[in-house]
Amino acid sequence: MMASMKSDLTRRTFVGSAVAAGALTAKPALALSSNEARRLIDRVVGDINGVINSGKSQNSMFRDFEGIFRRYADVPTIARSALGPPARTASKAQIKRFSDAFTGYLARKYGRRFREFIGSKIRVTGARKVKSFQEVQAVANLRGQPPFAISFMVSDRSGSDRFFDLLIEGISLLKSERAEIGSMLDRRRGDIEALISDLTKAG
Amino acid sequence: MLPATTTRSRPAIVAGALLLAACSVPDTPAEIHDPHESYNRVMHNVNTSFDTVALRPASQVYGNVVPQPVRTRLDNASRNLGLPAALVNKLLQGKIEEAAENGFRFAINSTLGLFGLFDPAQDFGLEENEAGFGDTLAVWGVPEGAYVVLPLFGPSTERDSVGFVVDIATNPVGALFGSDAKDANIGLTVTERLNFRYSFSQTVDSILYDSADSYAQLRLFYLDNRRFQLGQITDDGISDPYGDLYDGLYEE
Repeated sequence: MMASMKSDLTRRTFVGSAVAAGALTAKPALALSSNEARRLIDRVVGDINGVINSGKSQNSMFRDFEGIFRRYADVPTIARSALGPPARTASKAQIKRFSDAFTGYLARKYGRRFREFIGSKIRVTGARKVKSFQEVQAVANLRGQPPFAISFMVSDRSGSDRFFDLLIEGISLLKSERAEIGSMLDRRRGDIEALISDLTKAG
Repeated sequence: MLPATTTRSRPAIVAGALLLAACSVPDTPAEIHDPHESYNRVMHNVNTSFDTVALRPASQVYGNVVPQPVRTRLDNASRNLGLPAALVNKLLQGKIEEAAENGFRFAINSTLGLFGLFDPAQDFGLEENEAGFGDTLAVWGVPEGAYVVLPLFGPSTERDSVGFVVDIATNPVGALFGSDAKDANIGLTVTERLNFRYSFSQTVDSILYDSADSYAQLRLFYLDNRRFQLGQITDDGISDPYGDLYDGLYEE
């Protein structure tokens, strides 16, 4: 096998560039354990519970939620994924500005969702390995409502333990934002600058 | 190794494409199947207008006039009257324990819980096992079918629409407890919907009125939530933004 690889120059080039591309785009998996993922989400859930039961104004809650996203979520990955194929042609600076605007938008949008859990307490219930990452499961018990299932998808592929998706009753933030940002971009005829400036007001 | 995989997988891809083209209903519900999209979009706009002029304002009045504990009691009573049908469906699904649990729950809450207004069964550790005929069809292996937007009732699938019609036609409450109970059930279904619209008004508003494409958002939400409820989410269907190295190659 080694011999055939050496003689096959094109194949070798292909393998070499694939490895190089892999090294650039994805750091090696550090094998995140269920316990580590769970510890991260315990902190996230603790912070969210603190915010929703703080009695603060809506705007200051949004600021707190933005802090939670920045501290615990892999925002650059979520942003790139939401932007989809245009992320490959956009400039680095543009992606950075998009990512910043997108974080504020997420904090306002999902802050609103979590505000509807005011008076309840979110509780982590378990964790399991999915593909190369961990799913940490939690429930929110609201008075007079059946319990809500919340899942956080956690990975260490960014270099530190971060969550990259949040599912409420099976509805994925990542998937819905891919669809939503895609629609927003279509409406603006693919103009990322227009999208960025509108995102600062949306959510 | 690389070329071998390519030649081997090519017929598989062709066969897969032919299979997809042949059956309009995908076997694994991982994608969006929406052949009635143009009709559905019209109906979605009708329903959104209905929300704007009727449902949303009525829910605001209901939520502001009726105190929260009362709204919760009425929701309890509404869910209680759903238990006989849920019991039958759990039996049809062969889930005897869950059916029995619904039966005990109904007996306790209808008596000790004053017609279901209160929920003492919760203290006995008896959970509610919701089930409609749409769920039963899913358990029987009936495929989801196309996405459908129903007038006034909103997102559904072909399978769930059949379930919905059967649920209405066969609800045992009237036959078991008389026409007053049947009327109460209809009234409580309305108050439960109003309370849901009120309790989650920010989320619903943001989906219906702030989305760039509210139709696409609602469709995604409904299908993902429904598949989640039915336990049909496979690990393959979970998004992996790190593994999507080739994501986008097949899009657009």
